[in-house]
Amino acid sequence: MTAATRAAVPEMHPATAETRVAVIEKRFVPPRWLRRTGSVLLRMWAYFALVFLFLPIAVVVLFSFNDPVGKFNLVWKGFSLEAWQNAFAIPGLTSAFFTSLQVGAVSTVFAVIIGSLIALALVRYRYKGGAATNLFLVLPLTAPEVVLGSSLLVLFLDMSWPTGFSTIVVAHISFQISFVAVTVKARLRGFDWTLEDAAMDLGSPPLRTFLRVTFPLILPGIIAAAMLAFALSLDDFIVTFFVSGSEVTYPLFVNSAVKTSLPPQINVLATIILLVSLALIGLNELVRHWRTRGLPVG
Amino acid sequence: MRDTDVTEPAGTVARQTSPADGKDVVIDIDHVTKRFADYVAVSDADFQIHQGEFFSLLGPSGCGKTTTLRMIAGFEQPSEGAIRLEGVDVSKVPPYRRNVNTVFQHYALFPHMTVWDNVAFGPRSQKVPKHEIAGRVDELLEVVRLSDFANRKPVQLSGGQQQRVALARALVNYPSALLLDEPLGALDLKLRQAMQLELKRIQREVGITFVYVTHDQEEALTMSDRIAVMNAGHVEQIAPPVEIYGRPETVFVAGFIGQANLCRVKVLCCNRGTADYELCGQTLHVAFDSDEFRDGSDGTLMVRPERVRVHTSPPADDTGVQLTITSLVFQGPILRVAMRTADDDEIVAHVGTETEIPDVRPGDTVWVTWESDAATLLPPGPAPAPGDEAEEIPGETATSDPARGHDVEET
Repeated sequence: MTAATRAAVPEMHPATAETRVAVIEKRFVPPRWLRRTGSVLLRMWAYFALVFLFLPIAVVVLFSFNDPVGKFNLVWKGFSLEAWQNAFAIPGLTSAFFTSLQVGAVSTVFAVIIGSLIALALVRYRYKGGAATNLFLVLPLTAPEVVLGSSLLVLFLDMSWPTGFSTIVVAHISFQISFVAVTVKARLRGFDWTLEDAAMDLGSPPLRTFLRVTFPLILPGIIAAAMLAFALSLDDFIVTFFVSGSEVTYPLFVNSAVKTSLPPQINVLATIILLVSLALIGLNELVRHWRTRGLPVG
Repeated sequence: MRDTDVTEPAGTVARQTSPADGKDVVIDIDHVTKRFADYVAVSDADFQIHQGEFFSLLGPSGCGKTTTLRMIAGFEQPSEGAIRLEGVDVSKVPPYRRNVNTVFQHYALFPHMTVWDNVAFGPRSQKVPKHEIAGRVDELLEVVRLSDFANRKPVQLSGGQQQRVALARALVNYPSALLLDEPLGALDLKLRQAMQLELKRIQREVGITFVYVTHDQEEALTMSDRIAVMNAGHVEQIAPPVEIYGRPETVFVAGFIGQANLCRVKVLCCNRGTADYELCGQTLHVAFDSDEFRDGSDGTLMVRPERVRVHTSPPADDTGVQLTITSLVFQGPILRVAMRTADDDEIVAHVGTETEIPDVRPGDTVWVTWESDAATLLPPGPAPAPGDEAEEIPGETATSDPARGHDVEET
């Protein structure tokens, strides 16, 4: 979400609007007041879009500091740090939270390994069935989650595989793979394969070439894919709902809690997830900055 | 990671020289043919490259020169024939076990490593002891004069500097031959000319065999000890630059290297070592040493424009060919005189501007002569298409339309 906003802001920046006006100027010169109004309106529209995107998140963060009366944390009653001090006070919520983290971690590891290898195979080699693989890779991205969830459930029942933690992980891997493969493929498309030739030419066998040259260069793409896969796993509801059995993840808990109680701890844990994601994005930016530090010479 | 994979150093295979062929042949291309599906990229190439030689593979794009280089490096395997490095058949040996190294067209430097690490990549791959690696890398950076840039990343270097890193990286393994695939193609003209001399200096300094692929005849003539001219998968001629220029063996070579007047002639009679031929009603002699001609067969006569003399009156010994001037172009060091025969063949003369310029204008009738050793009689064959022509030598113009040939990726 942050990335999308970052991309949107420069586009709507008033400077761009003015340049565009300058191009039109040759045929039609709008009066000064119209130009000014236009630029103000454009800016307001941009701010509105930002508010639309971030207000719900801001409310979630704000209400983690609420001091609610009763079971539902829906009306602002006053500032309190109580929910933060007792963040893990609600046993069902805490266990659901950690279940989600575990599912996300395990499924992401598998999905990243399998998905990256699929991407490598598809970009690097031409082989029979490559085109079909490409097609089947995109299908889960477009197919409704209900279809995926229900068919996986039928499959698990057919196999008499007891639903629970393991089935959630398998289900998550099955849709994460597509996202990982597509993300890594995009990164690989610009990859200069003569670098592999160069490494082997210098005496490096294939495995070492992969570990020392190919892998470090596609690592940013793999990390991006992993972050995406983890986020998808963390907030998945529909597929998880079908195959969870008696296991409860964070989204499932929140969904069922709505009927009985909404403690502010939900907001606290959501805020923690938000902060960790922001920290990861910041770290990613920092590493990128370190890597490209220094100005080109000549 | 260096400790995890187990391989022998790349040099071990290539360094066992067989006593029989131990002369000084480094690379032996033994009747090599390479096919891609139906397409024959290289057809029966057969030649040897010697120790310490600067050997160029020259030809238009798609002539098979890059494929030949990739077969020597090990990226492609010959469909037929064998490639021997220092006497050992390496046709089936993967690139990482061959003791040759390549400078790639676009350098292929590892962008995530510093200059120093780029150069150290080779010896590290081959498990050279640490202290020795440092010595070798520093030495090579000294040779290419980049010691001060050791800690830079490739993006922080200019094109010429990147080029020299690529060179150092390829030389650090002390290969038995260095393969260069159009290494100067990405540089601008000035830098290219400077790098040509630089390459030659480095080659002398390290004494390693260089195999140089280029479509640029000037580059090949400037640097090479020997040139192999290739066309459509065939090796047309292998000879030192002077011989390639002065004594081309085929019409293609004559037209591809420098500029040449190519006239169809009729061979009247040939004795041993000399032949009479007819050109525009004039009977002339030429020295030749081939048994391809018989009395009455067709041939192509090649004369370089700078060897053609222009006279305003018929020469006394009656050896002049009568022509009509079609255009005169002053080009600084030379005056380009284009003339037409009665058969509508064009003949061009380059007249040095410091000598006396004949007082002629288009439409005038003139007589041209040349020393009999300036002419070469060639079997008829296809001349290079205009698009094939390499970049021209400064101060000269092509006899036909000069089109700048730019090599695109082969294979």
